[in-house]
Amino acid sequence: MSALLTVDAVSKRFRGLVAVDRLNFEVPAGGIYAVIGPNGAGKTTLFNMIAGVFAPDSGAISFAGERIDGLPPDRICRRGIGRTFQIVRPFPALSVEDNVIVGALLHRRHVVDARAHAHEVLRRLDLYDKRAQRASSLTLPDRKRLEVARALATDPKLLLLDEVMAGLRPTETDRIVAILKELNRETGLTILLIEHVMRAVMALASRILVLHHGAAIAQGTPGAVVRDPAVIHSYLGAEDVS
Amino acid sequence: MPADIYLNVAVGGVLTGLVYGLMALGLSVIFGVVRVVNFAHGEMMTIAMYIAVTLFSAFHLDPLLMLVPIAAVLFAFGYVLQAGMINAFITRPEHSQFLLLVALAIIIVNVLLILFGPDAQSVQTSYSFDSFQIGPLIVDATKAYAGIAAIVVALALFVFFRSTRVGTAIRACADNYTGALVVGLDVKHLYALTFGLGAACVGAAGVMLVLIVDVTPPLGPAYTLLAFVIVITGGLGSMPGALIGGLLIGLTEAMAGLLFTPSAKSMFAFAILVLVLLFRPQGIMGKRTTS
Amino acid sequence: MIARLIEGVPRRALLLLGVLLVALIVAPLIASDYLLTVLILILYFAYIGQAWNIMMGFAGQLSLGHALYVGLGAYAAASFYVHFGIGPWLGLMVAVPVAALAGAFIGFLAFRFRVAGVYFAILTIAVAEFARVGFDHWGWTSGSSGLFLPVAQYTHNDLWLLRGHPVMFYYVILAASVLAFILCRALLQSRVGYFWLAIREDEEAARSAGIDTFHYKMVAVVISAAMTSFAGVFYAFFYNNLFPEQVFHISRSIEIILGPIVGGIGTLFGPVLGAFVLTGLAETLTAALAAAGVDLPGAKQVFYGICLLLVIMALPDGIWPWLSKRIGLAERDK
Repeated sequence: MSALLTVDAVSKRFRGLVAVDRLNFEVPAGGIYAVIGPNGAGKTTLFNMIAGVFAPDSGAISFAGERIDGLPPDRICRRGIGRTFQIVRPFPALSVEDNVIVGALLHRRHVVDARAHAHEVLRRLDLYDKRAQRASSLTLPDRKRLEVARALATDPKLLLLDEVMAGLRPTETDRIVAILKELNRETGLTILLIEHVMRAVMALASRILVLHHGAAIAQGTPGAVVRDPAVIHSYLGAEDVS
Repeated sequence: MPADIYLNVAVGGVLTGLVYGLMALGLSVIFGVVRVVNFAHGEMMTIAMYIAVTLFSAFHLDPLLMLVPIAAVLFAFGYVLQAGMINAFITRPEHSQFLLLVALAIIIVNVLLILFGPDAQSVQTSYSFDSFQIGPLIVDATKAYAGIAAIVVALALFVFFRSTRVGTAIRACADNYTGALVVGLDVKHLYALTFGLGAACVGAAGVMLVLIVDVTPPLGPAYTLLAFVIVITGGLGSMPGALIGGLLIGLTEAMAGLLFTPSAKSMFAFAILVLVLLFRPQGIMGKRTTS
Repeated sequence: MIARLIEGVPRRALLLLGVLLVALIVAPLIASDYLLTVLILILYFAYIGQAWNIMMGFAGQLSLGHALYVGLGAYAAASFYVHFGIGPWLGLMVAVPVAALAGAFIGFLAFRFRVAGVYFAILTIAVAEFARVGFDHWGWTSGSSGLFLPVAQYTHNDLWLLRGHPVMFYYVILAASVLAFILCRALLQSRVGYFWLAIREDEEAARSAGIDTFHYKMVAVVISAAMTSFAGVFYAFFYNNLFPEQVFHISRSIEIILGPIVGGIGTLFGPVLGAFVLTGLAETLTAALAAAGVDLPGAKQVFYGICLLLVIMALPDGIWPWLSKRIGLAERDK
């Protein structure tokens, strides 16, 4: 088993509308895997099924060789999948540090240990100096990184990132890209991300999955995917992506 | 016991239940639109009840004739309350709103206590002891009039929300607050109107209830609680739900009073509430909001 | 242990707490009987407020039925005393599990069936009201005619049976309040405290950070209910009479939560401050109205309600968050 996450013939319908349609893919351990596609393609639905917000109607999701579909979000997180939300939701009244300590306490019994780990994560995400601020007082880029920090503090093997670059300026995007690359290289963390910002996807992903109407229309290396005629036709259009 | 006693009590319970339903309708309308739980609902009803009692004892004005004027007074009270005080709290956390309305409820109960004293007061109309006989069925005239009046007021409210421009605008506010702001609706005014309508409903219900029960200041908190029970049983925010919940609770109380003991009747209402919360938390007529 | 408890607390805050504690310890030496009963009432509300705050202020679950746990604790200990001569401290062994079970029952039903927010609050009222009417009709606890504890002139203070002079009751409730305060501080600094705050802030985000929200909400209800039941035992032995109409009534539940809301929800000192402010206010009003020669039943409550209105309109987060900033003692954990 070299695949960390296996999505096998997974489908999900909402009131008869097919959101995800018999989707198959595998995320290899240690890889950075991007899911792209137009709005409404089923990307967030896919994430929510992996993260346990709801169960697939059919098909199987396996993580590290075990079935996880249908498990609740907290148990999936404890298995080693951390996630961020598309619309960030840090704990607003808590300090930056306490937000991350909450995540760090998942696998640590003592607050002292959790705080030490939280500091480590905060340094990695350039938030250490802001650790005493209330989360609600942060700017959007900071809140996005806080969201990543909290997920990271739970010591995940797989990190699900739902549009963490959306709404950021290019310099901020590059900063997150650099952080994620470093994480992946140094800790072997596997990353699965939904992203619209092609600049980030091209810089990060080792493989890309293109979703359209809930089905995969292309999978492969970034270079191959952007040249795929079906992808260009249905998603990228005439946009310059090089 | 002969079967017609059960029937008589059941019909009496249903008629009282209609009045309960109207009272709960007011709470439901307010919550459905303004998203504020009116913890002073029963207290507002006792205001209407005391106005009716006073008008009757001073000028011999029949409560049913005074229904519209008293409801109008309560409407004004509700409008001013929402626009002047509660509106500033609609974005605040639930416990903050709760405290505001509880403070208001405490003030209302005790002002009534100062003005009218602790003794029970009632209205003795010319038809207080009349009853109609339909076959084996005997119905108190007061309950029949009150029940019919409750249906009329509720229908008027339905028509208002369905077929007038203002009613439609209020429903738009309830569905989409931001959207309503964007299209230029005066949300503050519409919220105040809604709170006024809810107050008018409970005021009308109070006037009808004066025919059936004696009024004391502590009746307020008790009816606030009863209105909650009914509204949640029927479905918070659902107008037909409030009426059906009222019927159900009215009927349950009447039957429990007959079969067990009147003092234990509210236990059955609460038991129904607990069952509904557990097995159908959205209420009988409510729609489950997707979480 | 102590070092960890006071970690990060400003010096001046510790100093002020110390002064307050010393003042409360020596208070009975100088206080009149009247003032002593007022202080007992204040500490009683400070204690329950602290217990309620665990559920609402920490874990974000609005309970409007805490009179249930007071009543269950009171009735459990009092009936065991009346029927079997079992003293209050042994009675606690019954009172605490009974209240904790009731809390677990409400919590289990509500959290399993996703009854939340306003619905949860009304479920808690409903169960408390159910208990009120139920106890009204339960013969073993004397129903609506009330349960009375035998009262006699005690020549000495019997701490074991909680019979004696108000001063003894004063120190019992003072000790309980101090312990509750320390326990809440310790809880807030612990793993479970962090998880509660996360649940309060955003339950879905908490779940996706791996927190078993059902479990930790249950822990909050059970701890809160168990703590509250002690207040019930105290109530029973201090007042010596219990009526379902009084102890289980919704107005008791509301009374319990006004203090922490006025003081500042989710803060450690809020419930204490709220108890002082509200009870102090009520007593001052009584005295002021008596001095003014006003003898109107209800007048005091009207003023009380107006003061509540003013506080909530001026300081929506409560007095302590505002005051602590003013005197430079902002609690860092909030």
